[in-house]
Amino acid sequence: MRVLSASRNGRLLPWLWFAGALVAAPWVFSGGAALSLLSQMGTMILLCLSCNLLLGEGGMLSFGHAVYSGLGAFGAAHLMNRIGEGALDFPVTLVPLAAGLVGAACGVVFGYPTTRRAGTTFAMITLGLVELVSAAVLMFPEIFGGEGGIATDRVAGAPVLGISYGPQLQVYYLIAGWLLVGAVALRALTGTPLGRMLNAVRDNPQRAAFVGYDPQRVRYLALILSAFFAGVAGGLSTINFEIVSAENVGAARSGEILLFTFIGGAAHFYGPILGGVVGVLFSSWLSGYTQAWHFYLGGFFILMVMAAPNGLAGLTDRLWRVWRARALNGALAVLLAAFALAGGLALAGVILATEMLYQLSLGSLAGIGDAVAPLRLWGLAFPLQTVWPWLIAGALTGVGVAAILRLRRAWRPLWSAAWRQVEAAEAAASHGRAT
Amino acid sequence: MEFALITLLNGLSYGFLLFMLSSGLTLIYSMMGVPNFAHASFYMLGAYVAYALSTVFGFWPALVGAPLLVGALGAAIEHAGLRVVHRYGHVPELLFTFGLSYVVAELVQLVWGRSPVPYRIPPGLEGTLFTLYSTAFPVYRGFMLAVAAVMFVAIWLLLRHTRIGLVIQAALTHPRMAEALGHDVPRVFMLVFGGGCALAALAGVIGGNAFVTEPGMARAVGSIIFVVVVVGGLGSLTGAFAVSLLIGLLQTVAVALDGSLGSLLAGWSVPLPSAGPLAALARVTLAQVAPMLPYLLLVVMLVVRPRGLMGTREG
Repeated sequence: MRVLSASRNGRLLPWLWFAGALVAAPWVFSGGAALSLLSQMGTMILLCLSCNLLLGEGGMLSFGHAVYSGLGAFGAAHLMNRIGEGALDFPVTLVPLAAGLVGAACGVVFGYPTTRRAGTTFAMITLGLVELVSAAVLMFPEIFGGEGGIATDRVAGAPVLGISYGPQLQVYYLIAGWLLVGAVALRALTGTPLGRMLNAVRDNPQRAAFVGYDPQRVRYLALILSAFFAGVAGGLSTINFEIVSAENVGAARSGEILLFTFIGGAAHFYGPILGGVVGVLFSSWLSGYTQAWHFYLGGFFILMVMAAPNGLAGLTDRLWRVWRARALNGALAVLLAAFALAGGLALAGVILATEMLYQLSLGSLAGIGDAVAPLRLWGLAFPLQTVWPWLIAGALTGVGVAAILRLRRAWRPLWSAAWRQVEAAEAAASHGRAT
Repeated sequence: MEFALITLLNGLSYGFLLFMLSSGLTLIYSMMGVPNFAHASFYMLGAYVAYALSTVFGFWPALVGAPLLVGALGAAIEHAGLRVVHRYGHVPELLFTFGLSYVVAELVQLVWGRSPVPYRIPPGLEGTLFTLYSTAFPVYRGFMLAVAAVMFVAIWLLLRHTRIGLVIQAALTHPRMAEALGHDVPRVFMLVFGGGCALAALAGVIGGNAFVTEPGMARAVGSIIFVVVVVGGLGSLTGAFAVSLLIGLLQTVAVALDGSLGSLLAGWSVPLPSAGPLAALARVTLAQVAPMLPYLLLVVMLVVRPRGLMGTREG
């Protein structure tokens, strides 16, 4: 019995931490800009979690996830406008639920043809679907507002218990509340027979079919559920931004969701949470500082695909296991620090070169020509007409990359030794628990 | 009659451009088992590199040089990137090319700025080839048709009637067996990837000045060539050719036709609703529907016959 309660605590503890972080976040990162970022992160995390139900749990690569969240968002906008007109009496708190139902309904309709196939074929169908839907959305301006989209007002209907959703803080807690509910529900779903069968269908559809479960049906149900949570996230974004446009259903938005989910790590449940946070940092925070944020995001993504296919969650998980098994010896720590240093050097060089190039191409666009202003970065001024800033950028990148390549040779033996220690420690721990 | 002929010719030249793009993609698709998302990015790179070369050396050297440069770049990317990711399976490969398309689009803006560049048709190819009734058919359209036709024949001869072509075909369908027979399959893959990129770049050299060379040009054709390759069938050049022409004609004809779904139905004396969502549907014009047709074709084809029109295996 003691073992059982310990494992239950082990399962509950991360959730308490998560809930605590959600409650405390606006007080730790105070200020209007931070609050808006946190609200966006909340919706993006829920969106990535719902996407990962397909990608991680079901092995279904969807290029059209924004279809469900976007159509849910349109549903929410229409519902809130009806509430605002007084035609309907419906609490705004429950608007995301309605949006989720819209998303699920779209999942019922679109999921039937798409989930009949798996693998690459499924990915291709979703690609066609997202183009179809975004073209259709522009074709009916009466319903979807055309290029401009639909504006709405979140302060609709009578305030319930003094909550009007006027202040951003109230919106943040609404998003955080729905995120917590959604995350718990999605986590619980992975433990249900449906969740288990979804994993089985991902790993071996033939065997799943032999056991008596129709893989098509399992995929279909999973897609409907995923579309529901995507719709909830879409409804939350409508409440947050008070506008929905054709962009929300488009291929670019779908791609972003997929990118963030993968960067976070599809193999771990908490991967999409990391992915949502990092993704919004890229798209909303970094984009305030540099025009080149798409370049950095794409480059970071390629780096992750090549070097860490399990995403940020995979990296943290491994490091945590090494740390817990006390396998992090001095040599490994020094090597990690050296990697960080070399990576930092290379990154600095790439950033310098990219920003200088952008300054040049945008300066020539403005017709200034030769008189491009010097680039201001890290409190320094780099005059673009001289050679030395370019030399510095090249040298930093070259030294950093060369160091990384050199360090990689030393990395392999040290890491595999540490990993053997981790496996031994984990085997011993599970053996001790069994007896 | 005049309208029909001109639309047919325009449709054909658009279809041939699509084929130039998709021929490389279909080779890469049958090799990797996943389509290359960044293929249209190489098309865009081809146009930009050709623009850069043509300002220095003129159009004709650019016509040869740009595909070679872009092809070499593609081979390098395969060697340094895709080969590493190949170990992890199909999904990371797909995602790698997806990320690559992001980076290339940004790189192009980084170097050439965000507005279109003045990449023009060379003076030797300006003017009209012939005049049909009262509509002129430009020389450059004819040039595009000729290049695409030469390319089709060249690829077909290369694949079917040379030793290299035989090795490529063997490596695509039976990589293990080809390897056992002593062929360097990874190198063949690198060559095929580079060659496919060079073909895309050639389409960019020719399409870039026929249309507009701007950072959005990759996205404009990216999903269409996907449709062509998937509908045509995995690794089937003939299928890609047929579907390219079909989509080229479909889109030009539907855009050129005047009228709405409502008027079409009214022609069959179907009563039309005057208000509500059905009325909005009836007001949709054929020109508006045209961009959707390829995707509809894609979804229907994948659901009904996932190996495509002329494909022999499922991806």
